[in-house]
Amino acid sequence: MTILIVVLVLGAFFCLYRVLRGPSIPDRAIAVDIMAVIFTCITALMALRYRLAYLLDISIALAVISFVATLALAKYLSGRSLDD
Amino acid sequence: MTETIGWVFIIGGVAFNLLGCLGLVRFPDLYNRMQAATKSVTLGTCGILFGIFLMTGFSAIGIKALVVILFVLINLPVASHALSRGSLQFGVKLWRGTIRDMFTEDRGGRSIIETGEGEEK
Repeated sequence: MTILIVVLVLGAFFCLYRVLRGPSIPDRAIAVDIMAVIFTCITALMALRYRLAYLLDISIALAVISFVATLALAKYLSGRSLDD
Repeated sequence: MTETIGWVFIIGGVAFNLLGCLGLVRFPDLYNRMQAATKSVTLGTCGILFGIFLMTGFSAIGIKALVVILFVLINLPVASHALSRGSLQFGVKLWRGTIRDMFTEDRGGRSIIETGEGEEK
């Protein structure tokens, strides 16, 4: 179980490389989005390991918040305002 | 038996997630990176959460894992699609090995495939 979480953290470091290095803005945005989903997986595995159900509420909140942030950035990039 | 199947789902999901993040580092272009990362990370996350559901059954953890599967399965492809469309209209260049750019051709604009020089590596 611990080795699986360590492997997921390694994947999050790959995303962090793309966030720091990425040549354009959408690169960084999609890397942050993928990193939020990886953290969703990590909290779900921790909920399985320690048998704490409320850790999965953090997973739901992370998934929803990263979705809204990415959609707002996509609207901004295509040159429209948020209520268009 | 159910526990073993759950472990298989979880380990496969972690492998898919790691390969998706590796694709985020290795691919040459924004659009290649985006499709590699979002597809395999969606599948891997759904695998991990479905394995957790199989191991815990219809308890509080299992039901919440199903809810997270529903959110991820809707959110991540929609966000990726909107972001790739927005970045294509923003003018992020395609990789120079790209063959056709039908999104721009259909709208009658000049294609924005990258030309040889100025390759970022």
